[in-house]
Amino acid sequence: MADLRSLFAGIRSPNPFWLASAPPTDKDYNVRRALAAGWGGVVWKTLGEDPPVVNVSSRYGAFNYNGDRLVGLNNIELITDRPLAVNLAEIKSVKRDYPDRAIVVSLMVPCVEESWKRILPLVEETGADGIELNFGCPHGMSERNMGSAVGQVPEYVEMVTRWVKQNTRMPTIVKLTPNITDIMQPAGAALRGGADAVSLINTIQSVVAVDLDAMAPMPVVGGLGTHGGYCGPAVKPIALRMVGEIARNAVTRGLPISGIGGISTWRDAAEFLVMGAGTLQVCTAAMHYGFRIVEDMITGLSNWMDQKGFATIDDVTGRAIPNFVNWNQLNLKFRTLAKIDQDACIKCGLCHIACEDTSHQAIAKLHIDSARRYEVIDEECVGCNLCAHVCPVDDCITMVPQPVEGVLTWPHHPNNPARAAE
Amino acid sequence: MDSRPDIAANRLSSECLAINFADAHPPLTRGQASIEADRCYFCYDAPCVEACPTGIDIPGFIRGIATGNLAGAARTILASNILGGSCARVCPTEILCEGACVRTAQEEKPVVIGALQRHATDWQMHAGTQPFPRAAETGRRIAIVGAGPAGLACAHRLAMYGHTVTILDARPRAGGLNEYGIAAYKVPDDFAQHEIDFITAIGGITIETGRMLGRDVTLADLEAAYDAVFLAIGQAGVRALGIAGEDLDGVLNAVDFIAGLRASTTGADVPVGRRVVVIGGGNTAIDAAVQARRLGAEEVTLVYRRGAETMSATSVEQAWAQTNGVAIRTWAAPQRLDGTNGAVRSITFTGGRLLEGRPVHDQGTFTLEADMVLKAVGQLFLPDPLDRGALAIENGRIAVDAQGRTTRRFVYAGGDCTPGDDLTVVAVRDGRNAAEAIHADLTEATGA
Repeated sequence: MADLRSLFAGIRSPNPFWLASAPPTDKDYNVRRALAAGWGGVVWKTLGEDPPVVNVSSRYGAFNYNGDRLVGLNNIELITDRPLAVNLAEIKSVKRDYPDRAIVVSLMVPCVEESWKRILPLVEETGADGIELNFGCPHGMSERNMGSAVGQVPEYVEMVTRWVKQNTRMPTIVKLTPNITDIMQPAGAALRGGADAVSLINTIQSVVAVDLDAMAPMPVVGGLGTHGGYCGPAVKPIALRMVGEIARNAVTRGLPISGIGGISTWRDAAEFLVMGAGTLQVCTAAMHYGFRIVEDMITGLSNWMDQKGFATIDDVTGRAIPNFVNWNQLNLKFRTLAKIDQDACIKCGLCHIACEDTSHQAIAKLHIDSARRYEVIDEECVGCNLCAHVCPVDDCITMVPQPVEGVLTWPHHPNNPARAAE
Repeated sequence: MDSRPDIAANRLSSECLAINFADAHPPLTRGQASIEADRCYFCYDAPCVEACPTGIDIPGFIRGIATGNLAGAARTILASNILGGSCARVCPTEILCEGACVRTAQEEKPVVIGALQRHATDWQMHAGTQPFPRAAETGRRIAIVGAGPAGLACAHRLAMYGHTVTILDARPRAGGLNEYGIAAYKVPDDFAQHEIDFITAIGGITIETGRMLGRDVTLADLEAAYDAVFLAIGQAGVRALGIAGEDLDGVLNAVDFIAGLRASTTGADVPVGRRVVVIGGGNTAIDAAVQARRLGAEEVTLVYRRGAETMSATSVEQAWAQTNGVAIRTWAAPQRLDGTNGAVRSITFTGGRLLEGRPVHDQGTFTLEADMVLKAVGQLFLPDPLDRGALAIENGRIAVDAQGRTTRRFVYAGGDCTPGDDLTVVAVRDGRNAAEAIHADLTEATGA
C-alpha cells in the first residue's frame, strides 16, 4: 500500500490533503471536524490585526452549468472576522490535540515590518507547524493594500517574505495570486525572499453572474455587487498551468509547491502532484459536500499509486514535468485520427455537426438503409479531438495515433522564417 | 346462484373515484423538468424529430426548458403541432420520440420528451397568451367537418393565415376522440375543452356542435357555401365480433363505454359489471379495461386473439393495464356469448397458436363468466355521410394525396377517415398539412 505521508517544507502530515485557508478553517469547531474526518492538515483561515474585519451578509455566488452545481464558486468574504486572541487560543488547542496533523496559519497584516514582527511570535507560541502568507486575496483586502495588492508587486512579495523569514523560525509558505501576467515573477520573488514553499492559486478576480432582476453582480448585497474571488472545479486548468510553470522553471525548480485550485477528487489531486505539487489544498469541494470527501481522495490516490507502482508522494510529485514543454518542442509530424466505434454510436450527430459547422468537415453524415451513420473522412481529419470531446458515449470516438517518421519541431520547420540553421 | 348479471353504478366512493380518474401521470415540477431537460444531448438531425409525425423540433424545445425560455419552448412545439398539449398526454411516446431517443440506445432510459412537452405547453396555456397572431382576414371561408384533432389543427393553421373557419361536429361537445375516446385519467380536468379554447382564441374559428354531415348538411351544401371543405370525420363504425349472442344485454362497444364515462362528471353514474371481459388488443381495449377496473369492477380480463407482441397497444400500455389489475389473456378467439333472460352471462373462447407463421385457433375452448363484455376489435370508416360516389375510397377510407387533397377539387380530408396510423399526432399532422394545401390552392386560384 502506498505511503501517503507528507513532509513538505519541513511540515509533516499523514496525507497530503489539507484544507485551504477559507471559511471551513475559520474556527475550532470546523477544524476539529475536518481533522476527525481524516484531513492531513489545515491552513487556518487568515488572521489579521485587531480590530477584526467585518464581513457582509450574502457572500457567495455560484456558477452552475447544465444542472451541475458549483462548477465555480465566487466569494466576497474577507479574512477572519474574529478577534486575534480567540483564533490563537483555538489554534493552540487544536494543535495540542492533533500533534500529527499539519496546522498552518494564514496571515495578512499591513505591509510594514512592525506589523509582521508583532504577529509572528504570537503565532509561534501556538505551536503551529508553519505559516502561509496571504498575498492572494483579490477582493476587499486588496483595496486596503493587502492580499493581492502585495502579491501583484514582486518587490513587495520579496520584501515581506524576507521580513517574515528574519523574524520567525516557522516554515513559510507564500500564497500566490493568479491575477497577474506572469506567475514566475512573484514565484521568483518569493524564492529570493527566502520562502520555504509557495502555494497557488488563490482565487481569480471575477463577476460570477449578474442578477438580471436586481441588475447587479452576484452575490447581491443590498442591491449592489462587487467583484469576488473565483474558485472551484472551473479554475483547475488555470491552476495546473501555473503550478507546472513554477515546477519546470529552472529558477524555481525544487521549490515546494502546495497545489490549490478546484481539487475535488483523487484524480485532480494526482494531476496536481504530477505537475509538481507536494501537498494539496482543498476548499470548494469540501464546502459543496462536506469533509467526508477526503475518504475517497485518500483511498483513490492510494489505489492509483499502487496501480502505478508509486510508493511515496515524492515518487509522484513532478512526474509529468519532463513532458510539460513549450509549444515549439512539439513534433509537427505527429498525427492522430478520429475513429468512431459504430457499435457504440448512438447516432446523436454531435460529432458531425461540431466538425461540420466549426471545424474541418471531416465527419460525413450518411443514411444507409434508412439508418444514420457517421463516418470519419481520414483525409480531412486533422486530429483535433473535438468530436471525441463532444461525443456523449465513453470510448465511442477514440483518437488513434498514426505511425510517425522522425521529429520536426517549429524551430526547424521550413515555414518558420526564423528557423534554426540546419 | 344468483343468475342476474351484476352490473351497477356507484361501486366505489366518490373519493375513490376522484383518485382513480385524476391525472394518471402528474406534470413535472420545474425542478424535475430542469433535470430532465439537461439529459437531452441536443442531437443534430435528432432521431426523435424524425420519429414525430408532426416533426416537432424536440431538442430545440428542450433547450428552451433547460435555459428557462419556456415561451420559446412552447412556441417551438406549437408551431409544428398546435395540439402539443394533447399529444404530450396521449402519444405512445415509447414507439415515437422516446423510442428513438439516443438515450434509449445508450441506457434504455430516454429523455421523457412527452412530459417535457407537457411542461412547456402547460406553461403556455396558463400564460393565457397566444403564441401566433392571426393574419389579416382574407375573406376566404372554409368548412371543416369534425372537431377532433385533425379538424382543430387544420382550423388553427387556416386561422393563422387569416381565413375564416366554421367547424361542424355531430357530437354535443367538440374535441372528437380527445373528448370522447380517450381514458379520462389521460386528459383530466376538462383538458380537451381548455385546449379547444386555447386554439380557437386565435380568432376566426366558429364551432357548431350537433351538426352532422349527411343528416343536417351535405357535402354539396358545404361546397356551395364555402371556398373549401376539410373532412375530418373519423371512424364512426365499430367492428362486430360476428359471433352468436352479440345482441345480449351487457355486450357493449368499448368506444361507447368510454364515451359514456367521459360524458360523466364523476364516473359514479356509469354502470360497470362485476366481472368484465374486454375483447381486443388496441389502446381502446386497454382504456376500457383499465377504466372498468377503476370504476370498481372486481375482475377485468382483456382477451386478444394473438400474442402480446402483435397487440397494437404498446408494451407500456399493456404493463399499465396489468399494473391496474387487468388480466391479459392472449391467443384466444371469441366463439360464443351465452346469457340468461337476454343478458350476457359468459363468453367462450377457442385457444390459438402460431402455425407456420399464421394464427390458428384449434386449441380447445374455455369459458369466462362475465357480467359485461366490451368489444374493442376495431373501428371503421363509414362513408354514409358522403354523397354516394363523390370521393374516391382507398382501402375503406377517403383517398388523399400527401397533402390531404381528395379527388374533388377544394375538398380535403385527414385524420382517421384517411389511410394511415390512427394516432392523435398523425391526425394533427394531417390537419396542419391540409391547411397548408388549402391555403396554397386558394392563393393560387385567386391568381395572385
